[in-house]
Amino acid sequence: MVKNKTIKALRKNKIMKLLKNISNLLILCIGIASIAQQTPAPIQSETITIIGATAHLGNGAVIENSVIVFENGKITAIGEENKTSVKEQGQVINAKGKHIYPGFIAPNTTLGLVEIEAVRPTRDQDELGDMIPNVRSLIAYNAESKVVESMRPNGVLIGQITPRGGTISGTSSIVQFDAWNWEDAAVKVDDGIHLHWPESYSQGKWWLGESAAYKPNEKYQERIEEIKSFILNSKSYGKETPKTKNEAYQAMQGLFNGKKRMYVYTNGEKEIIDAVTILKDLGINNITIIGAYEAYKISSFLKNNNISVLIKRVHTTPESDDDDYDLPYKLAKLLTDDGVLVALQTSGQMEAMNTRNLPFYAGEVVAQGLDKEVALQLITLNAAKILGIDSEYGTLEVGKSATLFISEGDALDMRTNILTHAFIDGRDVSLETHQTELWKRYSKKYSEK
Amino acid sequence: MKKLLFLFLFSASISSIIAQDYFPNNSELKQESHNYTAFTNATIYVTPTEVIKKGTLLIQDGKVVATGKSVTIPKNSIIIDLKEKYIYPSFIDSYSNFGIELPEKAERSRSQQYETKRDGYYWNDHIMPENKAINKFEYKSKDAKALREAGFGVVNSHIMDGIARGTGVLVALNDDGNNSERVINDTSGQYFSFKKSRASRQAYPSSFMGSVALLKQMNYDANWYAKGLSKTKDLSLEALIANKNLTSFIDAGDKYKDISADKISDLFNLNYIIVGGGNEYEAIKSIKESQAKYIIPINFPEAYDVSDPYAVNYLTIEEMRDWNQAPNNPKVLSENGIVFALTTHDLKKPSEFKSKLNRAFKYGFDKTKALESLTTIPAEMLGQSDKIGSLKKGSYANFLITSGELFEEETTLYENWVQGNKNVINPLNTKDIRGTYTITVSGKTYKIVLSGELDKIKSEVKVDTLKYPSKFTYKDNWITLSFTNEETKEVYNSTAIIKKDSNIISGKLLLPNGEETTFTAIKKNDYEKEEEDKSEDKNNPEAIEIVPITYPNVGYGFTEIPKQETILFKNATVWTNEEEGILTQTDVLVKNGKIEKIGKNISAGKATIIDATGKHLTSGIIDEHSHIALSSVNESGQNSSAEVSMADALNPEDINLYYNLAGGVTTIQLLHGSANPIGGRSAIIKPRWSSDANGLLYKGAPKFIKFALGENVKQSNWQSFNRFPQTRMGVEQLYINYFTRAQEYEALKKSGKPFRYDQEMEVLVEILNGERFITCHSYVQSEINMLMKVAERFGFRINTFTHILEGYKVADKMKAHGVGASTFSDWWAYKYEVNDAIPYNATIMNNVGITVAINSDDAEMSRRLNQEAAKSVKYGGMSEEDAWKMVTLNPAKLLHLDNKVGSIKVGKDADLVLWSDNPLSIYAKAEKTLIEGAVYFDIEKDKQQQAAVKAERNKLINLMRNEKGDNSKKKKPTKKKRKVYTCESE
Repeated sequence: MVKNKTIKALRKNKIMKLLKNISNLLILCIGIASIAQQTPAPIQSETITIIGATAHLGNGAVIENSVIVFENGKITAIGEENKTSVKEQGQVINAKGKHIYPGFIAPNTTLGLVEIEAVRPTRDQDELGDMIPNVRSLIAYNAESKVVESMRPNGVLIGQITPRGGTISGTSSIVQFDAWNWEDAAVKVDDGIHLHWPESYSQGKWWLGESAAYKPNEKYQERIEEIKSFILNSKSYGKETPKTKNEAYQAMQGLFNGKKRMYVYTNGEKEIIDAVTILKDLGINNITIIGAYEAYKISSFLKNNNISVLIKRVHTTPESDDDDYDLPYKLAKLLTDDGVLVALQTSGQMEAMNTRNLPFYAGEVVAQGLDKEVALQLITLNAAKILGIDSEYGTLEVGKSATLFISEGDALDMRTNILTHAFIDGRDVSLETHQTELWKRYSKKYSEK
Repeated sequence: MKKLLFLFLFSASISSIIAQDYFPNNSELKQESHNYTAFTNATIYVTPTEVIKKGTLLIQDGKVVATGKSVTIPKNSIIIDLKEKYIYPSFIDSYSNFGIELPEKAERSRSQQYETKRDGYYWNDHIMPENKAINKFEYKSKDAKALREAGFGVVNSHIMDGIARGTGVLVALNDDGNNSERVINDTSGQYFSFKKSRASRQAYPSSFMGSVALLKQMNYDANWYAKGLSKTKDLSLEALIANKNLTSFIDAGDKYKDISADKISDLFNLNYIIVGGGNEYEAIKSIKESQAKYIIPINFPEAYDVSDPYAVNYLTIEEMRDWNQAPNNPKVLSENGIVFALTTHDLKKPSEFKSKLNRAFKYGFDKTKALESLTTIPAEMLGQSDKIGSLKKGSYANFLITSGELFEEETTLYENWVQGNKNVINPLNTKDIRGTYTITVSGKTYKIVLSGELDKIKSEVKVDTLKYPSKFTYKDNWITLSFTNEETKEVYNSTAIIKKDSNIISGKLLLPNGEETTFTAIKKNDYEKEEEDKSEDKNNPEAIEIVPITYPNVGYGFTEIPKQETILFKNATVWTNEEEGILTQTDVLVKNGKIEKIGKNISAGKATIIDATGKHLTSGIIDEHSHIALSSVNESGQNSSAEVSMADALNPEDINLYYNLAGGVTTIQLLHGSANPIGGRSAIIKPRWSSDANGLLYKGAPKFIKFALGENVKQSNWQSFNRFPQTRMGVEQLYINYFTRAQEYEALKKSGKPFRYDQEMEVLVEILNGERFITCHSYVQSEINMLMKVAERFGFRINTFTHILEGYKVADKMKAHGVGASTFSDWWAYKYEVNDAIPYNATIMNNVGITVAINSDDAEMSRRLNQEAAKSVKYGGMSEEDAWKMVTLNPAKLLHLDNKVGSIKVGKDADLVLWSDNPLSIYAKAEKTLIEGAVYFDIEKDKQQQAAVKAERNKLINLMRNEKGDNSKKKKPTKKKRKVYTCESE
């Protein structure tokens, strides 16, 4: 696999031999030309009723033997078969013994921005510049990515496409995973700004021969001052119609009127307290901490300040050798138990392709003792609430988008996460991918022998 | 020019004082003195164990003439009365780079340097046995002074650079002499290490196991060269051969590397003296078994600043224990009968030596042993016992004069004599003037208290109870005292000479008005030590709390090594992996490390019963491809590295071993990385957390080697254009070339003709003969097909393709070749060659009939391989039993260990895991993990461990907080960067 170091080394070596570059490009073009994408599904034209399944609503409730009706992309009725007036309409799908879930939501992902990590021309997630909130992920989102389509067979149907790097990386947008282009894909445009909070401990410059150990970051306060200054400037800028445009400051305005959310990447106890205290002081109230490894130590502080958390990837190893071996597995449970609003996210090593494992991260938290339906909320309702799309997505409720899927069994367990249908806004989307096609092609080759 | 001439003359005149007797002297008259010096009435330590009370030491011409109670003192002697004083042989630092600058660092170049840049020397730049320290040696008076102040008289120096470093130089710290006198031995041994030279950027070796292999090959090559078999000249090997009989020193610098060094030493009969790392106490058993001699640094860690509770989070138990336990190292070594010398090596400056050694004494290190480790032992190591390290007749007159027993804290070191030349550290006949005095000046009576250590006397001036600021000096028999009258701000200055036999000090007083007068101070009381010092009982080792060592000595280490138990699992769902399939409500009896019985209602006998109702019992997970528990992974300095072995790079302290146990893993193949088409040899281990490197190894496991194909070996994903191969075409030719050479090598070897023993070729020959199996990192179908054809051409088979993400495209060909597959469940899209990787790969290959395993290649994934196996149920509909075999029985088959592990069968190793649920379920947790009948992980015990870790952290933090000293000057906590290795790690 490719580790971050390799990618960094690639970034550092900006002088590439031209010839090499061109030949790489050629290889890539040929490669990409052969890719056939699944055609996005047409708008829902006929009412659909799904009967007989166990419906996991995403809000903690379960309806056994359910009836769900949706038309024009919206859920129009939901209830228990025989105990409700809900009538079968239009196309009926019998899903007896199966399970229905709201489409899973993957916050903080680079899907569609990165195709192949080691191949530089396919990387579009990280722009130059330290504070560039005006840089927008949406316009670079590749709706035809092979990696994106591989989300659907696992029930991951919506994602927040997020830029990487720098202190303020840029602005994310929320998309659904079956679209012709980024405009089609957009669910919520420019929803949040992503701030990487400085660390009070930073790693030694190992490439200059220093120890790779983490030591106190002498520039911690200085870096905070830079952030404060940028935010203050943005705030002042927005107070009257400016004579000269500043796109960066302009992009920040939504943070002060509550239209955008500030996503703050930080893990340490001290850093979280600093970030929340300082940002609130600057008039930013919609704050979500991403990572939040030590947040469980200060859960009441987070709760009192109404701070939500997108927890560090569940499948990681502990940060410190002295931590509990299962700490990353149980972080979401510890915070949920303390009443903090938590959702899961998948950033980290090989993040784009790994995003399809989101349901199993929720399953892992169940193994730590969290109730299954509560764990489900970590990738449905809670995520929708944090991303500000819960009026449309995140649960199976009347009036909400018919973004849902049918699974043969428990979708949080990889043995039974086997999808038969998936709908996005009522559209019956394909569960085929580049990968299923290769599977079928080669299975056929051997079965015919 | 004038200046230069002056300098020249000046130095000439100095050296003329001590120039050799056959040197002409044109600057003055040539005269010699052969007077004796006799030191009488002293307690003399001739050796650490031979003590003469009220004895005499007689020296002449820089050497000891006699020591004893009744020494006849010749008339032409200067007699120095040392009543109540002590004489010790001065210390020897056996490992130093005194007077030798490191060579300049080679400049970084844009591309890797693979070949040597030298002509006529060894093929590797880091091998420089031809270097001679004497040629670079330049005596440094300033450094010598610092060493003498710490008690040293002789140091053994060398060029501290490179893997083979050449010969050293043994030097007396004699400022008055020149090199012709000071240098006791100009070839004082040969020096080696595992660290590359800074003077060359030749890439090989890039890893620890590479350094081990290189040191071995160097010795093989020397033996071969010595027989005159080389057609070319090699000055390095010639030097190595010429210096064969010198003592050899190797800088290992760590408990585990000590053992690696000892293995090389034993292999070639080299009797290496090993320079340790100060952490030998953590592996004392294997250190003792090495039967080697050691040189031990005492750079004990300082306490961390624990005042910031957030910063404290960054410290681990491992680091805090290091601070708490490391000063115990010398004591543990000496109690285990290990012969060792102490060194100032690793200390920032020699002046730290005393305080560090004192710390060891507080931990109970024996003072006689300490003296031996600084005198007789290093003298013997250096083969110079007749000259240094004792005060026997004929030895150099290298000795210390002290006020009391050498290692007592209040003892003052007066003089350090080197080769008969006196060096004053603290004046010997300083009169103790400490006490309380009164002076009357202008009608006012001042009380003066002089206290503190003899060489650092403090003053206090008082009128009644009012304290006046004062300054005091006492040097060369003169005192100065000044004080300020607080009310008038007037300053009084005084000075006086100290008379030997008087309690009255009188001298000159300069009054504030500028007038001079005389004063007389009369001693009222003698100085008495303050009470608090005595009460503290500094030398009582029990006053120091040492936290216990665990195995390994890090957080979650075990206090005891797990033992085999007799255990009966009752009523489990048993995944046998055998024809019986999955048995419900079944008992399994474990005895003597083996599976004894499987069945219903087995009687317990003396077994511990574990109620496994509702739980699942499986054989342990086997990870065919992992890089945990290693200190390095890739030897990337050459495109073939068959000579390196991962067994040389084992790190039994890696917490990932514990995490693996918590994930039900019981056998692991630790593979070399994927930097080279021909990688290094594997280490197959069982993750026995608590054992040392040797204890991890799977005894009697078949031999394996890692090969690699594709982007990594072509170095496609970073800027590297000068190493063969750069294309897949080149990869094939490289294999053909190496295997052809291996065939030729074997033919020559078998012919009985003389040949050069080549570790790399030996390994390749094993492959050709089917004695060593290949696990090959592979991705795309073309290269997979290619390697099978190369193997077939040379008459062997590839054992396993690892990664093998396009295996599904050539599964029929793989089946025909007979190769197995060890793959990822769902990884893809991280580089170009995995663009067609599909999660259905394992299922397709399994359906075709290939033995398929799911591996981790990743520390994180390795602790939940059960979940990765389960993904094949989703992707392609594999049966649960088949899916489970992919992380147990199938990797056992691929490793040729399926007769011992991989299933639950009577007679097989009791490597078992008890799961809370179906092991393929995301909801399953390993509750107990057994290796050969010993419980290595227990989820209940883990909870106790978690609590114990928190409690011990708290204890150590408090101990540090109570450590004396200014917090602001203490080290800030730092956080270790845990090394997580994958195929591509350095």
